[in-house]
Amino acid sequence: MALPVYATPLERLWYYAYRVICGLIFLFLIAPILVVIPLSFNAEPFFTFTEKMLSLDPEGYSLRWYDLLLTFGMQAPEAPRDWNWWRDVWNNATWVKVAKNSLIIGFFSTILATVLGTLAALGLARSEMPWRRAIMAILISPMIVPIIITATGLFFFYSWTGLAGTYTGIILAHATLGIPFVIITVTATLIGFDQSLNRAAASLGASPARTFFKVTMPLILPGVISGALFAFVTSFDEVVVVLFIAGFDQQTIPRQMWNGIREQISPAILSVATILVIVSIALLTAVELLRRRSERLRGISPG
Amino acid sequence: MADLASDAPFATPARESLKTADGKPLKAALARAQARSRRRALFLVLPLLVFILVTFVFPIGQMLFRSVHNDAFSRNMPNLVAWFEATEPGTEPDEAAYAALAADLKLLRENRTAGEVGTRVNYELSGSRSLFTSTARRANALEPPFREAILAENEGWADPRLWQVMRDASSAYTANFYLAAVDLMHTETGEIARVPPDRQIYVNLFLRTFALSALITVLTLILGYPIAHLLATLPLRYSNILMILVLLPFWTSLLVRTTAWIVLLQQQGVINSTLVATGLIADDQRLAMIYNQTGTIIAMTHILLPFMVLPLYSVMRPIPPSYVRAARSLGASSWKAFRSVYFPMTVPGIAAGGLLVFILAVGYYITPALVGGASGQLISNLIAYHMTDSLNWSLAAALASILLAAVLLLYWLYDRLIGIDNLKLG
Repeated sequence: MALPVYATPLERLWYYAYRVICGLIFLFLIAPILVVIPLSFNAEPFFTFTEKMLSLDPEGYSLRWYDLLLTFGMQAPEAPRDWNWWRDVWNNATWVKVAKNSLIIGFFSTILATVLGTLAALGLARSEMPWRRAIMAILISPMIVPIIITATGLFFFYSWTGLAGTYTGIILAHATLGIPFVIITVTATLIGFDQSLNRAAASLGASPARTFFKVTMPLILPGVISGALFAFVTSFDEVVVVLFIAGFDQQTIPRQMWNGIREQISPAILSVATILVIVSIALLTAVELLRRRSERLRGISPG
Repeated sequence: MADLASDAPFATPARESLKTADGKPLKAALARAQARSRRRALFLVLPLLVFILVTFVFPIGQMLFRSVHNDAFSRNMPNLVAWFEATEPGTEPDEAAYAALAADLKLLRENRTAGEVGTRVNYELSGSRSLFTSTARRANALEPPFREAILAENEGWADPRLWQVMRDASSAYTANFYLAAVDLMHTETGEIARVPPDRQIYVNLFLRTFALSALITVLTLILGYPIAHLLATLPLRYSNILMILVLLPFWTSLLVRTTAWIVLLQQQGVINSTLVATGLIADDQRLAMIYNQTGTIIAMTHILLPFMVLPLYSVMRPIPPSYVRAARSLGASSWKAFRSVYFPMTVPGIAAGGLLVFILAVGYYITPALVGGASGQLISNLIAYHMTDSLNWSLAAALASILLAAVLLLYWLYDRLIGIDNLKLG
């Protein structure tokens, strides 16, 4: 939208003012996320930039909060940092423990959500699907229903069925919450999918399973993987269900952050936040690349 | 040539229906084939549908059932329940009633359920829990005449309001929790009235939740519209880069974003320190921007902004720039061209983004809980409070079902206006 030659001076002014406004809104979006990164290297237990940090004095910066992530909860944090020390970190450090839980729960709930969600999206994309609208509404509803209602419902259901405080319970719950994202992304990929490719494969003698794995799957794979990444992030970021139904052994990273923010917030939270921001940058990059690949495969945009 | 045509297979008389190769009527064969492909499509969806029904819909339904069903009283007080059933509402408690009460109090003592029953009655008449626990503790000493014996134990049993509440609770099914959830109650005479002004909290909290959500929706629209427009009109290679600035917050953990706002807004935080350092405010006048309503509004606007920008962008991108140019060439000012040509075409995006943000905001829990302080709490936080602290699960369920009804209504509206299939993420 270049400035047209016939623009009046007022329009010229507005043209630049508009860009400045947009710049400020983008700053509002991104600054809070970026500001935690330098603060997590603070040498002091404060949440502001100290004078030493502002003058870029190396003494103002330290890795002490990252070190605290490793040592917090260890049996012998002061021991010499040899192999045994690292084993202690791996087995006992609180943040390492919750990170392992987050990954285990995220991994299995993602698999469950992706497999069930992709199958359902394939069915929903068929034109002959009965009650399509109603079923779609039910399957998307976990995203819409307030999380506190889901969590309280699961709290009673799980105490009744004995799933409370188990990994299975949390994995099932997180899969439920991730499914809408898988359905939305995979359905979007299937729009514009050429159904005649499937018929061509069938007419050449391929079984439905072979058609799916050799023809359909490669074409929708980018959409499936981004759906899976969405489901993983949903689980990785979920705290309310964990608050209500997890036992002491199933604490996750967001749950531990929740504790940290509620009780006394220390810059150690910022170092976790920084690591999570880096993780989300990696995930975002992956999803962007997949989206472009998917569009290229389906010939939607020139790439 | 004429007899050739009469021999051709497609010249069969119209009366006879069309057949497939194996001689079945074509209509039936087609119907069967369609039914088969419908079944196949349904078969693909079925596993997930069952999964969602079992792990999501059923638990929520079960939870909501608690809002109309609470048998803590009726299960543990069989004698008194029988007396209530045998008498008209409003009957003065006679000696028979007190005899039933005494028998039940003995049962409570035996089964150690006095606390459970007391809690149930306490929901509707605060201070009555101790009445049950203390009298049940000495229930074995009660001798006829029971009325005098019980009243000697505690005068509180003569309260007509208590008997009204017990009569209400004697049925496991009750609408009282819904009444409580909208600040109403049953009086001694059985009429429905508003609770005393100092205890009217829920209606105000619902109103505050809806008002704050509306405000946040408007703020995200004001902030989201310009950048969605910029993204939609820039060439793709620039807009893709700028889009990352929208998508990165979207992909960043909610707790990280909430933490970031705590860091920025708190009294010793980055913004206050900057303002003090630049001399704009005095050190002892640091602004209170967090742990109150302001904190909730700022943090939620930031967190929900991508949900506004993405639907707006997907509506704005396909609008051809030539429309606005045509309007300009016909003499419209740039404001007029925007107002009459561009803006009307973006209304579907505004509806989609606005409804989505409003639906998500109404049910928000985490951010208000962490940065809301006392004045920034929403209805979800109160549901959580009744779940974990006051343990009034039936009231929590009643509040939850009102919230759920509102959200589902908006969801239905979204489906009608925009269609769930059109929901896009990134």
